[in-house]
Amino acid sequence: MSDWKKIAPLEDIPRLGSRVVEIEDGSIAVFRTGDDQVFAVRDACPHKNGPLSQGIVAGHTVTCPLHNWKIDLESGEALDPDEGCTNTYVAKVEEGMVYLQL
Amino acid sequence: MKERLVLVGNGMAGVRTLEELLKLAPEEYDITVFGAEPYPNYNRIMLSPVLAGEKTIDEIILNDREWYESNGITLHTGDPVVEIDRINRRVVSASGMEVSYDRLLLATGSNPFIIPVPGSDLPGVIGFRDIADVDAMVEAAKTGKKAVVIGGGLLGLEAANGLMINGMDVTVVHLMDILMERQLDKPAAGMLRKSLEEKGMKFLMEAQTAEVLGEDHVTGLRFADDAQGRASVVGGRKPGTTEIEADLVVMAVGIRPAMDLAQKAGLYCERGVVVNDTMQTYDPRIYAVGECVQHRGQCYGLVAPLFEQAKVAANHLAKMGIARYEGSVTSTKLKVTGIDLFSAGEFNEEDGDETLVLQDPAQNMYKKLVVRDNRIKGAVMFGDTMDGTWYFQLLREGTDISAFRSTILFGQHDLGDAGHGDETRVAALSSDAEICGCNGVTKGDIIDAIQTKGLFTLDDVRAHTKASASCGSCTGLVEAILSSTVGEGYEAKPSKKPVCGCTEHSHDDVIRAIAEHELKDMPSVFSFLEWNTPDGCATCRPALNYYLLARWPEDYKDDAQSRFINERAHGNIQKDGTYSVVPRMFGGLCTPSDLRAIADVCDKYEVPEMKVTGGQRIDLFGVKKEDLPPLWKDLTDAGFVSGHAYGKAMRTVKTCAGKTWCRFGTQNSTGLGVKLEELTWGSWMPHKFKLAVSGCPRNCAEATIKDFGVVCVDSGYELHIGGNGGIKVRVTDLLCKVDTEEEVLEYCGAFTQMYREEAHYLERTAPWVERVGLGHIKERILEDEAERKALYERFKVGQKVAQVDPWKARAEGEAAHEFEPLKISA
Repeated sequence: MSDWKKIAPLEDIPRLGSRVVEIEDGSIAVFRTGDDQVFAVRDACPHKNGPLSQGIVAGHTVTCPLHNWKIDLESGEALDPDEGCTNTYVAKVEEGMVYLQL
Repeated sequence: MKERLVLVGNGMAGVRTLEELLKLAPEEYDITVFGAEPYPNYNRIMLSPVLAGEKTIDEIILNDREWYESNGITLHTGDPVVEIDRINRRVVSASGMEVSYDRLLLATGSNPFIIPVPGSDLPGVIGFRDIADVDAMVEAAKTGKKAVVIGGGLLGLEAANGLMINGMDVTVVHLMDILMERQLDKPAAGMLRKSLEEKGMKFLMEAQTAEVLGEDHVTGLRFADDAQGRASVVGGRKPGTTEIEADLVVMAVGIRPAMDLAQKAGLYCERGVVVNDTMQTYDPRIYAVGECVQHRGQCYGLVAPLFEQAKVAANHLAKMGIARYEGSVTSTKLKVTGIDLFSAGEFNEEDGDETLVLQDPAQNMYKKLVVRDNRIKGAVMFGDTMDGTWYFQLLREGTDISAFRSTILFGQHDLGDAGHGDETRVAALSSDAEICGCNGVTKGDIIDAIQTKGLFTLDDVRAHTKASASCGSCTGLVEAILSSTVGEGYEAKPSKKPVCGCTEHSHDDVIRAIAEHELKDMPSVFSFLEWNTPDGCATCRPALNYYLLARWPEDYKDDAQSRFINERAHGNIQKDGTYSVVPRMFGGLCTPSDLRAIADVCDKYEVPEMKVTGGQRIDLFGVKKEDLPPLWKDLTDAGFVSGHAYGKAMRTVKTCAGKTWCRFGTQNSTGLGVKLEELTWGSWMPHKFKLAVSGCPRNCAEATIKDFGVVCVDSGYELHIGGNGGIKVRVTDLLCKVDTEEEVLEYCGAFTQMYREEAHYLERTAPWVERVGLGHIKERILEDEAERKALYERFKVGQKVAQVDPWKARAEGEAAHEFEPLKISA
């Protein structure tokens, strides 16, 4: 069973930006969208493993910095017409603190 | 309860409108569609390839039944609407079904025009309009031998070609003396006829059909005599013959808007159902799109205008109420395999027009441009149609061609694009030929995607195949493939292109609004210009961030989250997620201690690779992101600032040795290069911006392919602008010659500022200079001294803010969150 892990205060993640959390087998990109929701996906684009954390966030999507694939932050899936999916993690914000279920 | 929308006519225009509507307002309506044909929406312009056996019907279906279902649309096929009851707002179908509507969309299309001569209703006389006609032709070809196609226009020739492929002996009967007279002039039509005759097609020109012969099935045609009692047939046939045998007659003499239903319902119609610029009929609840429509006196039968109309109608059905349809200019391509032909605009010259012609009978090639006031009015091409899309774009945008008029007929590619050489004849390429060298996309991949996915626009093709989506140099080739695959009137670039999908506004609109309405932050732009997304997208945000910064350098707060990662991390992201670092070396000059410092940094941070760049700087590859701030600190301590090699910014000033050392040097080119770099470093630009200073006309610094280049001569300095050594090599234009270094700096600052203020984001100086014209730039910089000085002053104001070294700031802790990973704490 996975646990909630405390990550950082919400204000440490820039709005429409992201931070990287390193875990044993790779990195997780934690995004804060314009409406102050938080999403977490594996920091690798399904296309060529580009670091999604470095992309531009708009709405609930991020654009990969390498080849402009757009990834839905809720599902981890590439938007049409591209096809592919990256892992997602459950994230929540409680009393201004960001948690991930790992 | 949702409002009800009924679409009458299940064809391309109507369904496209639904697609656009679903994009804008998916939940607005309960939608019901009635179609007369028993099929879901198919690609009518692909009927010719179906007839020619190159495609099956399944392959040309655009929206299968599943699509209607998954979008919650009720579809009734094979059941035409026979009555519109406007008072009770309901439609009645042939099967007796009654459906009420709140909004009605008419897209009834058109009917083939059947010449009203005796016998025209005999079995064996058909049009060429739908799948049933194609079935009839294929069936006829199994038993009959001789086919006659009446009409030597686009549709008629495609029908004739298809019948010929099906094994019939085909004669095309045409009223005029030239084929496709609405699209071609005499020489091009003659070449077309010759090519088709070589394929085995026969022609009867200037022949007017008087009667279709036969009793229970067509057996032939009889032609009218002229006033002197002679058979009015001159071309291709012995005098005196006035009849011809036929087992099948295809009438392809034109189409008529299908407006019976609308007329019966009392809607105002002239040649078609009359609509205004919002695609609304005289009944405000009823909209109409497609071939049934008459707009500003015009009826359209090509697909591009229909799609533009669809967009507008959808916008109003979605109650957004901002789009207007203002008519279309169309272009044509004939879909007969092996024949390349293109026409657009008004191609028959009138008084005051000039005609440019390039003709080579041996290569079976003909190009004609009709020009008025240095703007293209029309184009006809046969044989080599590669540049058709380019000419069409120049025509639509009303571009002044005076600067390249002398070479325009040789095409856009007379200067050779990187990666394509002179390979311009798309039709001649095999299907495994690589079109997009960046993404490895072949001609076959593109054609396959266009056909199986039903693509019509360049953006569609880019999204699905990635062809031309990277460097863009193959855009012309991709457009040519698109137009030859889709055929007549694929959707060409609109002359006013929106910044992105978040808005209807163009770059120029945005630039103007930011200045005139003093919009000084991004939320103000979004709300003032009614952006349709809450926080833009990865395309518009960097553009807006630049425009705001360029216009309000002292007021606007740069938004890091609206910058591409390279400009946020101040390094160039590499494919493995590491960064490259280029320290600035003004004018390319360096000292032993500079080099030692760089070498020490490379040792300390284990930089895996170093390289000398084309711009005379040193590039350090493979730096981990978290190492960037400490590495920058070491470089900063050694006196370096950021080289901005990662940004849409002033990059480098390349210099040659100059007169300090070189025996040919006329001026101090390195010294001037350093001064120019000190003036311009740190400046954000619409795109990257490179300079060079050469000490003499031997031009070792290659100044004539830079955005701003200086070539020193004994008597002063030549200033060159708008060069590019990238995808498309472009040699600079000479702006002027000046006498002193001070003037070089002033002119450089003024030119740079003008580019910063006027160019679109991501537009290099080369296309910008071509777009606005050299004359426009000279007017403001050469002829108007006050204007030049004002531009230079504004540039210097911006530089006060811009010349803060981003590396030093980050080495001291700015934006630390960008570089540090988060730790899991519990």
